[in-house]
Parts: sequence; C-alpha cells; structure tokens
Amino acid sequence: MATLEELSTRRELLAQGHRLCAGCGAPIAVRQVLLALPPEAHAVVCCPTGCLEVSTTIYPYTSWRCSYIHNAFENAAATLSGVQAMYTALKRKGKINEDFRFVAFGGDGGTYDIGFQSLSGAMERGHRLIYVCYDNEAYMNTGIQRSGATPRGAWTTTSPVGHVRTGKHEGRKDLTAIMAEHHVVYAAQAAISHWRDTVAKAEKAWEYAKEGPVFLNILAPCHRGWRFPMEKTIEIARLAVRTRFWPLYEVEKGEWRLTVNVANPLPVAEWLKMQGRFAHLFRGKGNEEVLAAIQADVDRQWSELMARCRSAVPA
Amino acid sequence: MPRILAIVGTDAAAEAMRQIDPEVVAVYPITPQTAVVEKFAEYVADGVVNTEMINVESEHSAMSACIGAAAAGGRVMTATSSQGLALMWEELYVAAGLRLPIVMTNVNRSLSAPINIHCDHSDSMGARDSGWIQLYSENAQELYDNLLQAVRIAEHPEVRLPVMVCVDGFIISHAIDRVEVLDDDRARAFLGDYVSLPGYSLLDAAQPVSIGMFDGLYGYYYEAKRAQEEAMARALTVIKEIGEEYRQVSGRGYGFWEEYGLEGAETCVVALNSACGTIRSRLKEWRARGAKIGLLKLRVFRPWPGEELARRLAEFKTVAVFDRAVTLAGGKGGPLCGEIAATLYGQAHRPRLVNYVYGLGGRDLTQALVDQALEELAAMPAVPEPMLPVRYLGLHA
Repeated sequence: MATLEELSTRRELLAQGHRLCAGCGAPIAVRQVLLALPPEAHAVVCCPTGCLEVSTTIYPYTSWRCSYIHNAFENAAATLSGVQAMYTALKRKGKINEDFRFVAFGGDGGTYDIGFQSLSGAMERGHRLIYVCYDNEAYMNTGIQRSGATPRGAWTTTSPVGHVRTGKHEGRKDLTAIMAEHHVVYAAQAAISHWRDTVAKAEKAWEYAKEGPVFLNILAPCHRGWRFPMEKTIEIARLAVRTRFWPLYEVEKGEWRLTVNVANPLPVAEWLKMQGRFAHLFRGKGNEEVLAAIQADVDRQWSELMARCRSAVPA
Repeated sequence: MPRILAIVGTDAAAEAMRQIDPEVVAVYPITPQTAVVEKFAEYVADGVVNTEMINVESEHSAMSACIGAAAAGGRVMTATSSQGLALMWEELYVAAGLRLPIVMTNVNRSLSAPINIHCDHSDSMGARDSGWIQLYSENAQELYDNLLQAVRIAEHPEVRLPVMVCVDGFIISHAIDRVEVLDDDRARAFLGDYVSLPGYSLLDAAQPVSIGMFDGLYGYYYEAKRAQEEAMARALTVIKEIGEEYRQVSGRGYGFWEEYGLEGAETCVVALNSACGTIRSRLKEWRARGAKIGLLKLRVFRPWPGEELARRLAEFKTVAVFDRAVTLAGGKGGPLCGEIAATLYGQAHRPRLVNYVYGLGGRDLTQALVDQALEELAAMPAVPEPMLPVRYLGLHA
C-alpha cells in the first residue's frame, strides 16, 4: 500500500473550495478513494443527485479535476455503465489509448433505495467499474429523511419522535452483503476514520475494477443529520467501528475477511449517546426495548459476519 | 446496387442499426419493439457489428446508459415502445437537455391502463415536449430511411439533439414489407464518421469535462432551455438539407411532409404513420370520382414546421386531422389537431378544422371507417363553422 507520504504528494482530483459542510464525511471518503487511483490512470466520476453532487458542481464552477457526469438520482450505476461501454468500444477500435477507470459516488438514498435497481443491474452485468456508497444513513440533501440505511431508533424528519413513535421502526438494509451476493469481484465495507484500511481497500478496488464490478460502502457521518458537533465526524465514525455497529471487512473473489478486529467492543449505546438523533432513547424511561433491539441488531450482524469470515480474524 | 428485401418493420430497424454500427446500444425488451433487440443481438453474436450491447434491467437504465455512453463521445442507439418510453420519461429530458445525439426507434403502442399491446400514438405524443426530434414513418421503408437520416440530424453541430423515429406497432413492426436498402458502402458513406465536438467528451484525457452540472445558484437554466429551442428551430433547416442529400444517395427524398392529391383540392386530410396508407387508398377512388380531397402525411412533428405548414393548410377550405391519440382534456381531441389549430390561428384565412380520433389501442382503421369520414366531410355545408366537435371513428356504441 502507498505510504501516507506518497499519498500526500498525489494530485487531489476533488479540489478544495467545494460547498460541502465543514465536518462533512463525504469528501473525506471521496479523497481516500481517489488518492488510491494509480497516478498514471484517468478517472471518470459519476454522481447521482445528492449532497456531493450539488456541492461540487455549481455551474459554472466544478470541483472535479477529472471528468465527471451527473445524470439523475436513481441511475448513477446505469449511467456509468454506459460510459464504460463507450470506453470499451472506442478502445477496441483504437480510437482511445489512455487508461481510464470509472467510479460512482452515491449517498445511501441514491444507492440503497432509489438507485438500487440500477446498481444491481450494473453489478450483475459485470461492468468494470467501482460503485462507492458514502453512507450517512439518511437523505441528507433534502434535509434528513429516513432511508433504507437509517438505523433502528433514529430520529429523522420522516421518522420523527412523537407520542407513540420513537424514531425509525425498522432496521437497516445490509447492502454490502447484498452486493457481495451479486458475486462482484470485490466488495468491502470501510469507514472514513480508518483511512489506512479504506485506502488499502480502494487500491484493491481500482485494481479489481479492471476485471469486473466493485462495490465499496464507506461510513461517512453527517453532523447535520446525526446531530453532533462538526469536529467530531471522525470520532463518531471510529466509535461506530469500535461498537461493532459498522464492521470493517472485505469480500475478495468470494472470500469474506474481517479487516479490523474489534475484540472488546463497547456497547452500542456509547455510540448512540453521542448523537442527537438518538437522544430521545436516553430521555426518561421506556426506551429500553428499543435500545436492546439496536444492540441485538449489532450482535446478530456481527455473528453472521463471523460465520462468513472463514480466515483468521486479524489482531 | 440497392438490395430489395421482404422484411418485417422491426428487421428494417435492425438493418439500419447494423449499417450504422453504433459504438453502444443499450436496450430492454418490450412488445412490440422486442424483435429489434433480438435481431440486433444476433448481429452482435455473429460479430457482424462492432457494438457494445448493454442488456439493461429497465428502460430507465437503457436511456441512462445511452446518456452516459453518448457523453463519452460516440454513436449510441436504443429502441422502445409504450410503457418503456413512459419509464424513460425523466431521462428523455436529460438526454435532450445535455444535447446528446442519441437515436431511438419508438415502435408506437398504447399506454396502460387498460393494458393493451397494440398501436396508437399515446407514447410518443406524451414525449412531444421532451426536447427530442420526432420523425414519423408510414412503413418499413420510411423507418429504415428515417433512421439513417436521424444519425446525421442528431450529430449535426447546429442541432446536437436526440432523435426519436416512430413507426406503428404490429401494423408495420410485424408485417412484411418491401424495403429497398442501400448497399453498405453507400450507407456508410452517407452516415460518415461520428461528429465529435472537442471539449464535450468524458474520455478526453487532455481536457476533463464536467457534464450535468447543478444550476443551483447562478441561474443558467433558462438560457439552456432557450438554447434548446433555438437548436430545435435550426433542426428544421438541417432536416431539409439531409433529406435532400438522402434523395441523391437513395432516390428517395424527404421533407417535412409528403402530399398526395392536394393540387386543386378543397379538403386536406392530415395524418401520421400507417393510417396514411389506408387513407391514400380510399382517396384514390374518391378522387377518380372527382372529389377535391387529398392527403398531407406529416413526417416531422418535432421540430414543428409551423410556418410552412400554416401557409400550406391555409390554402384549403377544410382540414381534417386524424389523431391516433387523445389529450384526455375533456373533449379537446388529439394532440396533432391541437397543434394544427394553434398553428392556423395566425392565418388570415382559417380553414374549417375537423378532428377524427381513431385507432386507440390498435382499433383497426378500416377502409369503411375512412369512407365514413370522407362521406361526412363531403356532406358538410359550404358555410363553415371554424371548428367542429371531435369525432371518434370506430368507437363501439
């Protein structure tokens, strides 16, 4: 893997001056992935509609130093599969010689929910591209609405806390596993707090994307939606890993492997307590059942993952 | 030497696609378009074309992939019908707004509900304001000819807009027709190479570009839409030029419309697509008996050739518009008639306008039904009312 020193000398493809919030997790995820791009290769980025899209391409300015396309909300994977097909066709005809790689960056709304069909289709068809979900667990661009990635118990503006409801009723969709079950060449779950792990996965992703589809799911906290101080973005992401809420693993050509072990996990409540979106669960009594259900979600997810990881758990 | 083939309409579309040999084709099957996809897949399987074919999981993704591919700089085609076109709705606007020269065959079919697989023009009429050029085709020959010309029109630097070539489902798509195709060399010479615009391709390593940017704060949306309007207006000239060039190559010329028996006529029937064949065959007999009535078969619906059309139609006492779609506005009739009425408004002489809705959901337009309309038109009193209530031909009692 490239050293931090090497990475620091590489040209950033997402330029400074974009309009994402201070403390936003999304550009951190993007930079970790793009820094891992082999310097001699060219990238085409595709974003579905979302925070990253609206904040980086306010006409007539663009933050992208590489080629970039936005089409609509639900179709980044299909759009990029078209770009990649054109590249293949032109390359075959000798009309293009450069080494181009293709990556989509979508939020969880555009990936887990409205873009799910398009994503599933592109993965099944074996396009040589990377799809990165920067998962901030709700529709943040439209102002914090629940998505298929929102955890149980979380307050959002469409799963509010009221007299008879305590935030989102349902658990989250395990999208990384679903993508792995598409038998993609490489699928991985990462978090912006663990930059070395993320960049290592991104390096593999760029390499494997020469063979077929790759999916990366990167936890990228949103302080506006999760309700925490903006300087705590990385800390919150790290705690999601430390509580086993967000396990870091990869599925390399069908082999499941934990990449960061969490031997002595903290209770998930430690992570929940830091976020205003779960504050109602700690106010007064009566929410013990919800808290227990969230911990049960975490425990079940971890044991299922362990059952899939046949190789030794890293230290 | 041109080859004369006896093929179904969908094969005529596939034959044009074989000669065009686009870099990317992204498609999804739907009745009655499916045979286009199947035939083209055979060409790919046999290595007859050099195309990257993407068998997507929906029409929404078909058009999405076409947009990505076209933005990467090359020839891109697809085909659909009915619900498929409806599912593409959002993407039709994006393709046109991003000024991408995508060419699509639309095999006209009704829209649900009730679900019905047969021909009418509800699908393409629903897309009439999406920013796509729309060419209509009476038969398989015109479908083939229109597709070759569509590539040139779409890629023209003065235009850069997507083109939809429409043809009637089953009536033409599944019927064997005589089609004269250009030999491959001649077709390819006419088509030429893809017209690339420097600085507009995602795959230009020397010049990275951002496409589909957000117009949130600075407000160029309005100007972009006005620019689309202007490109559409320029397309009128380009369509004429390319139609003339195609005449020299094929012997078959194309303009905005084709006339039959309109010299000295007092009544003009206006229609689109296959109905024109049935109407023409009846007019032949009526004219032999001395009736002063002819046919204007409209080919170019978008851009709307309003000025020329208004001048021509103002020469008649009566204009009878046949519509294979309804606007569902409560008795306003069909979209074609609505456009013609608006176009005639500025004319000093306005002919009487009669609107016949026919053939929804594939209801046959029989010779008897055409006669029924022609008899009614012939019996109308000399003093015209400007616009008569909408007639529904062939509607069960």
